[in-house]
Amino acid sequence: MPSETPLNMVDPVPGVAKPDPILVVDSVKRSFGGVHAVDVHHLEVQRETITSLIGPNGAGKTTLFNLLSGFDRHDDGTWHLDGGRLVGIPAFRVARRGMVRTFQLTRSLARLTVLENMLVGAQNQPGESFWVALTGGWQSREKENIEKAMALLERFNLDKMADELAGSLSGGQRKLLEMARALMVDPELVMLDEPMAGVNPALTQSLLVHIQALRDEGMTVIFIEHDMDVVQEISDWVVVMSQGKIIAEGPPAHIAANPAVIDAYLGRHHGEHG
Amino acid sequence: MDLGKILIDALRAALGVPAAAYAMSAIGLNLQFGYTGLLNFGHVASMAVGAYGLAITVDLGGPMWLGLIMGIVAALLLALLLGVPTLRLRADYLAIVTIAAGEILRFIVRSQWAAPFTGGIFGIQRFANPFFALNPIPPGRYGVGRLAWDARSAWVLLVGWALVALSFLLVARLIRSPWGRAIRAIREDEDAAMSLGKNVFGYKLQSLMIGGAIGALSGMFLAIDQQNVIPDSYIPLLTFYAFTVVIIGGPGSLKGPVVGAVVFWFLFELLDGIISSAIAQGWTGNLFETTDVGAVKFVFFGVGLMLVMVFRPQGMFGKKEEMLLDAQ
Repeated sequence: MPSETPLNMVDPVPGVAKPDPILVVDSVKRSFGGVHAVDVHHLEVQRETITSLIGPNGAGKTTLFNLLSGFDRHDDGTWHLDGGRLVGIPAFRVARRGMVRTFQLTRSLARLTVLENMLVGAQNQPGESFWVALTGGWQSREKENIEKAMALLERFNLDKMADELAGSLSGGQRKLLEMARALMVDPELVMLDEPMAGVNPALTQSLLVHIQALRDEGMTVIFIEHDMDVVQEISDWVVVMSQGKIIAEGPPAHIAANPAVIDAYLGRHHGEHG
Repeated sequence: MDLGKILIDALRAALGVPAAAYAMSAIGLNLQFGYTGLLNFGHVASMAVGAYGLAITVDLGGPMWLGLIMGIVAALLLALLLGVPTLRLRADYLAIVTIAAGEILRFIVRSQWAAPFTGGIFGIQRFANPFFALNPIPPGRYGVGRLAWDARSAWVLLVGWALVALSFLLVARLIRSPWGRAIRAIREDEDAAMSLGKNVFGYKLQSLMIGGAIGALSGMFLAIDQQNVIPDSYIPLLTFYAFTVVIIGGPGSLKGPVVGAVVFWFLFELLDGIISSAIAQGWTGNLFETTDVGAVKFVFFGVGLMLVMVFRPQGMFGKKEEMLLDAQ
């Protein structure tokens, strides 16, 4: 169940201001040809909450993720993370600023071991620069990072697989690895693109527990999801997109009863035609 | 058929100048292709700019050490020139641009327009005298039995294999560092590497430049041995020799390119010897003439390469389990 949050005081209307927003999005637009894939007027995401982003297929959820994380070019608009402008910044710098995203199709680095996958996520390794790699002096940091990685792997129940190639993991294990790897970055904001897609019910439960743990440790989570039961279960706030626009936002219970949301999912005139 | 002589000649090639040169060249290509996943089909261009950088500098009256530096600098600039516009695009674009660039470069250096510097189609000769003047090895024969080299060749080989060792150690040190892990991550999935804060473009450019510099080293070494740079020896075939070496050794393995080069030149010369003596003895009837040796050799080599790709795609030192992942 959603915990007590300052969001209780917030009006459930699209574009509403939040008491302590970590991410603020303004007038972000992206069109492909003549189609307005994303046209978000204003969106704020409250710090240390789980916000789910829902909407029918083609609503622009993933495109919005791609824009905010620097993986796609925006046509117009601005967005800020913790007050810092992120507009036009390449994807790798966005990650270094503390905003890490995952992908709808899991992207494990197949021919790297599970542990190596984790270590790629570490941001503080000077040995990743050419000269330091050549002259040496990165081993002590590596040792620290391995300890951190092993602790995370243990938490995600992957520690026994540390030396296996990531490509040999099952689909569910790869989802876990991708989430654990994102945590190696020490993000403030985690953006998960359909983390539960194609995952069995038992693993869904375990992923939910992990996502809640992220929030409880002080991270902010935005995730795209289709399963309304999942959304109801763990979201503090729900944002609904349709045809590129945000058509509703509010606490999960409020969203489930919102006629605009039902319209978006089932078609605009379902009531009139019976 | 003198099998002994054929074998000695094959061994001579396997330990000789071509093997050392292609070991270097393949070490550079392996960094780009095997570890970073860059499809560089114009590797010969970095060999050419290395050789021409050296030859032109000396030809204009510069000292040899400056020529060596100029060769490396030219290769680094070439990598920048090719990499900056293409490395942000999909992998195929680099392949297209590099294969074209290699040929464009060859046509430029052989053109009448560039002839005052490059010597046109005749190239530049006898620019490596200072190198041979440095030879500390006293005259004589060095080796075992019929497998022996004179002092000049021994000096060239000593330097050549030392450069191979140096390139090997450089790449090994890089690959075993977090830098190497980052470029392997990029080979696996660029977007994932980017989402984890890796400057994918910067890494790819560095890999292209380092691989190019090692390629230039190989080009300079070949040119010094022959005291000769000729534009038409820098044809795309050289790139594909280097790819063959990388594939035989196993892409993404450290010792693959070195062992691959030795095996490649051993088999190449062995085949040459066997085919020419088979034709000379008339065993092929009037099917082939002695002038067909080259073509027949390539037919066998092509078939051999296909068999490697089908039955041992990981090469000699690649990991089988890594290859199986690709099938998923």
